[in-house]
Amino acid sequence: MIHSLFLINHLGDIFLEKHWKSVISRSVCDYFFEAREKAVDPENVPPVLQTPHHYLISIYRGKLFFLSVIQTEVPPLFVIEFLHRVADTFQDYFGECSESVITDNLVIVYELLEEMLDNGFPLATESNVLKEMIRPPNILRSVVNTLTGGSNVGETLPQGQLSNIPWRRAGVKYANNEAYFDVTEEIDAIVDKSGTTVSAEIQGVIEACVKLSGMPDLTMSFMNPRLLDDVSFHPCVRFRRWESERVLSFIPPDGNFTLMTYHISSQNLVAIPVYVKQSINFFEAGSCGRLDITIGPKQTMGKTVEDLKVTIHMPKAVLNANLTATQGNYTYDCTTKMLVWDIGKLNPQKLPNLRGSLSMQTGVPNPEENPSLNIDLKIQQLAISGLKVSRLDMYGEKYKPFKGVKYVTKAGKFQVRT
Amino acid sequence: MSASSAFNDEKGGSSSVGEPEYGHDPASGGIFSSDYKRHDDLKEMLDSNKDSLKLEAMKRIVAMIARGKNASDLFPAVVKNVACKNIEVKKLVYVYLVRYAEEQQDLALLSISTFQRGLKDPNQLIRASALRVLSSIRVTIIVPIMMLAIKEAASDMSPYVRKTAAHAIPKLYSLDPEQKDQLIEVIEKLLADKTTLVAGSVVMAFEEVCPERIDLIHKNYRKLCNLLIDVEEWGQVVIINMLTRYARTQFLNPNINESLLEEGGSGDKTFYGSDEDEDEDEEEKEKKAEVAAMAKRKPYVMDPDHRLLLRNTKPLLQSRNAAVVMAVAQLYFHLAPKAEVGVIAKALVRLLRSHSEVQYVVLQNVATMSIKRRGMFEPYLKSFYIRSTDPTQIKVLKLEVLTNLANETNISTILREFQTYIKSMDKDFVAATIQAIGRCATNISEVRDTCLNGLVQLLSNRDELVVAESVVVIKKLLQMQPEKHSDIIKHMAKLTDNIQVPMARASILWLIGEYCEHVPKIAPDVLRKMAKSFTNEEDIVKLQIINLAAKLYLTNSKQTKLLTQYVLNLAKYDQNYDIRDRARFIRQLIVPTEKSGALSKYAKKLFLALKPAPVLESPFKDRDHFQLGSLSHLLNAKAGGYQELPDWPEAAPDPSVRNVEVPEWTKCSSREKRKEKKVEKPFYTDSEGESGPTESADSESDSATGSESSSGSEESGSGSESEESKEASESEEEEEEEEEEEKKKKKKDLKKPVQERVFLQTIAPSSTLKSYELLHRITGEGLSVEYCFSRQPFSPDANMVAVQMQFTNNASSDTKNLHIEDVKLQSGMRVKEFPEIELLPAGETATAVMGIDFCDSTQAANFQLCTHTRKFFVSIQPPVGELMRPVFLTENEFKKEQGQLMGMNEITEKLTLDVKCRNEHTIVQRVTTAANLSRVPCGSDKEFAGRTVTSGSLVLVTVATKEEGAAQLTVNCEKMVIGTMLVKDILQALTQ
Repeated sequence: MIHSLFLINHLGDIFLEKHWKSVISRSVCDYFFEAREKAVDPENVPPVLQTPHHYLISIYRGKLFFLSVIQTEVPPLFVIEFLHRVADTFQDYFGECSESVITDNLVIVYELLEEMLDNGFPLATESNVLKEMIRPPNILRSVVNTLTGGSNVGETLPQGQLSNIPWRRAGVKYANNEAYFDVTEEIDAIVDKSGTTVSAEIQGVIEACVKLSGMPDLTMSFMNPRLLDDVSFHPCVRFRRWESERVLSFIPPDGNFTLMTYHISSQNLVAIPVYVKQSINFFEAGSCGRLDITIGPKQTMGKTVEDLKVTIHMPKAVLNANLTATQGNYTYDCTTKMLVWDIGKLNPQKLPNLRGSLSMQTGVPNPEENPSLNIDLKIQQLAISGLKVSRLDMYGEKYKPFKGVKYVTKAGKFQVRT
Repeated sequence: MSASSAFNDEKGGSSSVGEPEYGHDPASGGIFSSDYKRHDDLKEMLDSNKDSLKLEAMKRIVAMIARGKNASDLFPAVVKNVACKNIEVKKLVYVYLVRYAEEQQDLALLSISTFQRGLKDPNQLIRASALRVLSSIRVTIIVPIMMLAIKEAASDMSPYVRKTAAHAIPKLYSLDPEQKDQLIEVIEKLLADKTTLVAGSVVMAFEEVCPERIDLIHKNYRKLCNLLIDVEEWGQVVIINMLTRYARTQFLNPNINESLLEEGGSGDKTFYGSDEDEDEDEEEKEKKAEVAAMAKRKPYVMDPDHRLLLRNTKPLLQSRNAAVVMAVAQLYFHLAPKAEVGVIAKALVRLLRSHSEVQYVVLQNVATMSIKRRGMFEPYLKSFYIRSTDPTQIKVLKLEVLTNLANETNISTILREFQTYIKSMDKDFVAATIQAIGRCATNISEVRDTCLNGLVQLLSNRDELVVAESVVVIKKLLQMQPEKHSDIIKHMAKLTDNIQVPMARASILWLIGEYCEHVPKIAPDVLRKMAKSFTNEEDIVKLQIINLAAKLYLTNSKQTKLLTQYVLNLAKYDQNYDIRDRARFIRQLIVPTEKSGALSKYAKKLFLALKPAPVLESPFKDRDHFQLGSLSHLLNAKAGGYQELPDWPEAAPDPSVRNVEVPEWTKCSSREKRKEKKVEKPFYTDSEGESGPTESADSESDSATGSESSSGSEESGSGSESEESKEASESEEEEEEEEEEEKKKKKKDLKKPVQERVFLQTIAPSSTLKSYELLHRITGEGLSVEYCFSRQPFSPDANMVAVQMQFTNNASSDTKNLHIEDVKLQSGMRVKEFPEIELLPAGETATAVMGIDFCDSTQAANFQLCTHTRKFFVSIQPPVGELMRPVFLTENEFKKEQGQLMGMNEITEKLTLDVKCRNEHTIVQRVTTAANLSRVPCGSDKEFAGRTVTSGSLVLVTVATKEEGAAQLTVNCEKMVIGTMLVKDILQALTQ
């Protein structure tokens, strides 16, 4: 399956290579560099490339390319999903997934890769299992290790891999038993010029941080489970239970994990929390433009909209922006042509407004397209779909855990066309 | 050493590439200043006694390997440490060994004995890791050792070691393909493994070594289907893909009846029926008729195994792993009946929110699917709308999907979307949008004019690329009905002054030449201008100028004769031989000379023949002959190792090959699932299609029609198999497995209530009879007796309650003369004994029915059960619910009777229903289990009626439910004692 892996930074240097079968020369990456050149934008590099003898499947994460070399037929999603899992594991181990962190922990990274694949086929990808075999680095341990010559490889080999619940390690103990759940919903919407919603969907995710001793068996039920008709689960969730009773019943992994994600499609009515009044005009004469944006609350369910931010990717011809904001401040980056207006909290009494003129390159014809506005926002204590967790019960253990659920609504891919 | 390093420099391509980079690596550059010193330094550290130094050295070496630098000259020093006690050093040595063993085969052999020792270690994890490294060392000499190790590990008692063995199989195969036959034996053995841990890995090995040996799957097919949900996610992908192929060879096309007909129909709509196609259509129609006739003859019934696969994969659409979702989606696309394929759309649309690489692959597959099954994605149209922030490759794919989904009803919304896209800054994307508009216009004739007008407007766009693309598309559209659009052609003729993109210029010229009759005045003028600029044009434009000249010469030679001559003369001396060639050819053809051949007479016909309009097709058309989700599908080219997706067979192969002789205990473990399956089946198949539970495996081996297989045959295991047998067999399992099994059981137990309920709902009430123990096998010295109240009328005496007894002889010797003696009864009670059982051989079971008249009381009937050697005192005490028999009352009768049994005879009790017992069905279920009553049909409340067996007094029960599980239970009965007891029993049944 997966033959080799190369990690490549944004400059095009290969800084790590790992082969699970016989060695493949790194010159194979040249085909990739060629495609990378052609694509201009790193996002536009085709994830699957064909070379005379190999196939290259790559992902782009955190300014790094994870490039895998394949020799025979394999489902491309299988490889892509695995590469993302590798990136997730690095993130989990080192807090971020960047070149410097990977080169600093080269040996751990190598050991991880060794454990994650055997002969190119995934072996252990559960973070709980990996952490038992290879301990994540922390300052205290590295100090102790250098003094005592200890190692960051687990002495005992993991039992989790052998059990039917590979996601949970045995013998977990905490002084404080707690289980926290974050329900985060992101609104993906396209709003057109006139303010009507073209499409709107909600992407929800329940992230959990569970620190419970022993083998707890949790059951989470919802006030309105009917909202959830398109869901995906962590493997720990008992699917039949969900199908018949609409409750989530599971033995949780230890630590942080994504319990479920759900999707509320555009067929349902999705509340849009803010409206945007905008006009962006470019004038032929005088090579200038005018911009006027006002944002106001629409359906916020009585909560405050925070962290409001508008990002506009201006046409190339716009040289500079001379604007005044009634609230927050704006920046315009002339090289990337990004106008960012950071508003902060939305005050319904005094609506934030940004207006002023844009100076344009002379002699260049007007851009005929208007740039679209990308909105970022956050609403605390609200799941915009109306989803609510009604209760969380624990079986199998005697202690009483602390439980908490937090709701946040954010803007996902929220775009206003002009 | 210098020699060895020289050798490596020559050999390892990686070293030469890695070296220069080494210089500007600040981290290592300072420490190791020279090559020789560095290695000496490391060697010293490796030779020392301190683990910490060794570890440090190994870490540096591994870091070198990771950076792609050559460290092969350290091989001897490293390999010495293979037996090091420190586990991390050991691991790193393994890493090194696997990387360099291939290059230093002789030295690598030194380490083999360590692994051989490891293979015998009592710790399963050490055994596994030894096997893993041993099999990863690519040294041909040790092939026999590896083979032996794999064979041994395949029968290891630890499933983890067996999993490692499965992983080792493809490694050995790639090292030495000669071993194939032996490896297939191992695969066959491991395929029979029942643990989820092994399943994924062994199927992977199967796919790499012997994907053609589909026969190995037969016996394991049902097991794989049932295990699937518990297999780890990567294994799931591999198994699902393999089973898709398997199903294509073993089952019949579920869409055989409708799909061919309907697809043909839709094909007619989308295709432009030109003359050539007609014959094909005829053929197709014939074929269709044939198929339809066939369909009529033989109604399609899905093989239960086919159904099993579809049902067991469906929950995996909810997986968090995109690869698993895609695998299930392709399985449904390739295998499911048309009506059921729709379920995958939602899951695939959900994946669109994932990483852009995932989106890319999913959209490719959606594009292919949406051509064949457009309806499936139509509801999700808006999810494919494009955002300005999407990467271009995603935009183009979304556009493709939107175009495929366009039809008469949604075209106006789609076109409105397209209008916004045309204004985008991303010019490649705009070009793709214009193409998409062109395709919509060809496919949907209603909007052709609108699209054309829109495209014409684009001709005045400032961006040349946009104009050029529009011209190309307009040309294609105009070809469909040129006569109506001569003004557009005129408009385009004017564009030749401005447009510079060669493709667009060529398109315009072709258009004018082709339809010169519609623009008789403009055409010669265009040719004049072109003749002027001929030498500066691109090649494709030159060719079209020649074409234009030729066509004009043929239609309007008076005006254009000289111009044509001029153009041809210019072309004669062109640099490009293609153009020279064309000019010569055309001159011969159109200019009449004495020598001109027969062809020139037909020149006009040749040049101005009616050309068929181009069909604007999706590039994803017909890609579905590749298995979806595969690399080959994505590339639209066969990748190495791709297994073709076979066509459905004409007639299904013998389904009985999948029947397995199962030992008792495995039957138990899979029973739950099977029952569930049985329950759901009528939903799909016609009732006659259901294979009865008692059908034997042999009875249907003749079914060449393949309509039904005998999945039912395993279900014949009597429903009373107890947990005992399962537990007993479990204790025989290996220690390590036991723990796992227990966990599994625990897990299963947790799932159980749900499944049990499903089960109860559909099985006839008789199966819910509770049996009681009369005699335990220990007190009975091997004879055990159970009894239950069969609820059948006892024919010899209608006033008696029938008690069905089941005798099981667990002893080693036979039991004789089983009968009843010395019956001690309360006054009024009577007993009708069962006929004496003369002989009950060892291990056998017998049943008998006796009747007892309990006189409507719950007093026990005591008697002695005698065998030829012993007597046992036993007693039967009936629950109050068994002292009655159901009667049929209409609701009015019920109300009337109830009205007469008020006051003292009525007992009312309030209760809160059990959480699991809130729906009507369960309540009815529970009440009828507690008491032998029948439900009053069509009652507004849940009403039940019965009569006591002896006196025939009426017993009426009402359960009125309110909100939040509150309910009220009313019992009306002449016999107050019975009433009170019944209330208690039913109360308990409903609340617990």
